[in-house]
Amino acid sequence: MVEYAAASGPVRAVDRVSLTLAPGEFLAIVGESGCGKSSLLFAIAQLLSPPAEIVSGSVRFLGQDMVTLADEDLRHLRWRSYSVVMQSAMNALNPVMTIGEQLRDATLAHEAMPGRMLRRRSEEVMRLVGIDPVHLQSYPHQLSGGMRQRAMIAMALLFTPQLVIMDEPTSALDVVAQRSLMIQIKALQREFGFAVLFVTHDMSLVSHFSDRLAVMYAGQLVELGGTRQVFKDSLHPYTVGLMQSFPSIIGERQVLQGIPGTPPDLARPPAGCRFHPRCPHVMPVCRVEESPVFTRSDDLVRCHLYANGHGPIASIHQRHD
Amino acid sequence: MVTGRLQASTSVTTDPETGSAGVLLEATGLTRHFRIGGPFSGRFLHAVDDMDLTIRQNEIVALVGESGSGKSTVARLLAMLYRPTAGSIAYRGRPLGSMRSRREILSYHGRVPMVFQDPYSSLSPVYRISHGLERAFKLHRPELSSEQRQEEAERLLSSVGLTPPSEVLHKYPYELSGGQRQRVGFAQALACRPELILADEPVSMLDVSIRIGLLNLMAELRRRERVSVLYITHDIASARYVADRLLVMYAGHLVESGPAEDVLRHPKHPYTQLLLSAVPDPRAPIALTGRAEVGEPPRVVDPRPGCRFRFRCPYAIDECSRVTPRLRLLRQAHTAACHVATSDLDMPEQEGLP
Repeated sequence: MVEYAAASGPVRAVDRVSLTLAPGEFLAIVGESGCGKSSLLFAIAQLLSPPAEIVSGSVRFLGQDMVTLADEDLRHLRWRSYSVVMQSAMNALNPVMTIGEQLRDATLAHEAMPGRMLRRRSEEVMRLVGIDPVHLQSYPHQLSGGMRQRAMIAMALLFTPQLVIMDEPTSALDVVAQRSLMIQIKALQREFGFAVLFVTHDMSLVSHFSDRLAVMYAGQLVELGGTRQVFKDSLHPYTVGLMQSFPSIIGERQVLQGIPGTPPDLARPPAGCRFHPRCPHVMPVCRVEESPVFTRSDDLVRCHLYANGHGPIASIHQRHD
Repeated sequence: MVTGRLQASTSVTTDPETGSAGVLLEATGLTRHFRIGGPFSGRFLHAVDDMDLTIRQNEIVALVGESGSGKSTVARLLAMLYRPTAGSIAYRGRPLGSMRSRREILSYHGRVPMVFQDPYSSLSPVYRISHGLERAFKLHRPELSSEQRQEEAERLLSSVGLTPPSEVLHKYPYELSGGQRQRVGFAQALACRPELILADEPVSMLDVSIRIGLLNLMAELRRRERVSVLYITHDIASARYVADRLLVMYAGHLVESGPAEDVLRHPKHPYTQLLLSAVPDPRAPIALTGRAEVGEPPRVVDPRPGCRFRFRCPYAIDECSRVTPRLRLLRQAHTAACHVATSDLDMPEQEGLP
């Protein structure tokens, strides 16, 4: 659980979210603005700063609980074992330092390395992400948006970590650059076998790239399953609504409805199921009682429709959390 | 010229007022350059170059392009916020350059209002929703009495889906969500009784579940209020969803134009093809084999002649770096500016690829 301290009382941005990520797996977390997806990511990466705070729960990574880990030990894990790629490369890169200097800084912060080796490593990671190493001498403003974002990824790969956490790395790019970056991330992942935790608001973007998909709504995980499975056979009404919010360029032109209403304010979440004011299948119980989590092997859904073995799928079990 | 033939060949109702075939707005050779790097640098950024464009009555036209392609500059030129460096814009046959008096220009702004991208900064936070509508009425429809204004404001708010209108009128922008604010933007545009709404990325700042509602609203307004819309977007899928015609821009040039479905099914310009292949679509078959496109959009500072897409184009030939391609009619009502693209007009059933 993550809460933000606010004048009117704590705002719970992430509410009892449980996830596991296997080595080498690509897990995408999708949701709308304010659903808590970035807070979750920051909580996992131990990057939250006041007023945000993890109020309960744990993050186990390589056998250690990162929440209780001392800063000194955390620093040892950061960058070497896991790295983070931020949303806006223009803000994440230092505008008055060349890319090469920033790569050097990041490296030296975590490992003493002789100059020649450092340069070789920097050139290597730049080539990996498809940028000519001459740009080590370039300043961020001399690169295009796509190249900056690639440079960020190059930096994240300096120590070939086991986990790369990405917060909407493509959202500032146009579709052509976006697709090529996704293809590149996937290729690098295949080559080095790191796991990817990828946060985005655009679920169609990850449809061809992620192994599993987690859907968040109003701070909660509402659905989790294999990506193709979720796309083909969405369980939660919110996921179904999201799927019907994207016009397609394929097939006949269809009239879409989107989802009526707007996402709730997390300072005042609705009673019962948080999606009930917008849900086409709302039942009386939804207004008063929060749905438990139902699981089917590794899949998960939080919706009353699946209580007592009802709903479109059988063999679904309630999880007690 | 090709575009001239096009208008004649498409069947539209002839408007007695304009004489021509229902043409609301027509831009010819529209060009806008910006001086960069100080007053004596002598360097110019070519935001829009030699663009022809026609918008007819009761039509939704989508202008699609990546960031920096010049699409917003086109909107601002059409809204008279910028003056063209060259070329002209005519509204119902009347050149905008000939409008001198404040009244004429004001009346044009009322007929062709703009809806902006960011609903969080386009409404003043200190005024109630009623303020923006009232102002539009006072400026553009002074004949309305105060009761009529109230009535009309409520009618407009309900027509953009903001209910109950009497309550919404008294709200401040901070009390509304992004989608609701953008609906207010459309209501304000409608308050001037427009004929053409210039909508510059009206949904890109909104959450995905909200966007489709606004696209549906644009389609509904066209049907009910009989306005035309120029929908400017980087999202070709949403353009296809609402628009009758698609215009594709690349680096300041109009590279393709035609009926939306035809452009989608038979893209003639290599850039349009690239754009379509890059759209993420869960309904598409899995294809990870696509090459990682390394090309970057060009900087159009003092560009030399030639096709601006040639650096990224897999089909580029010598001519592409010498001669700027002009739009050519390649299919029924469908043009593309490419030296290599082939015409399907002789063999209408065959899908022609350049």
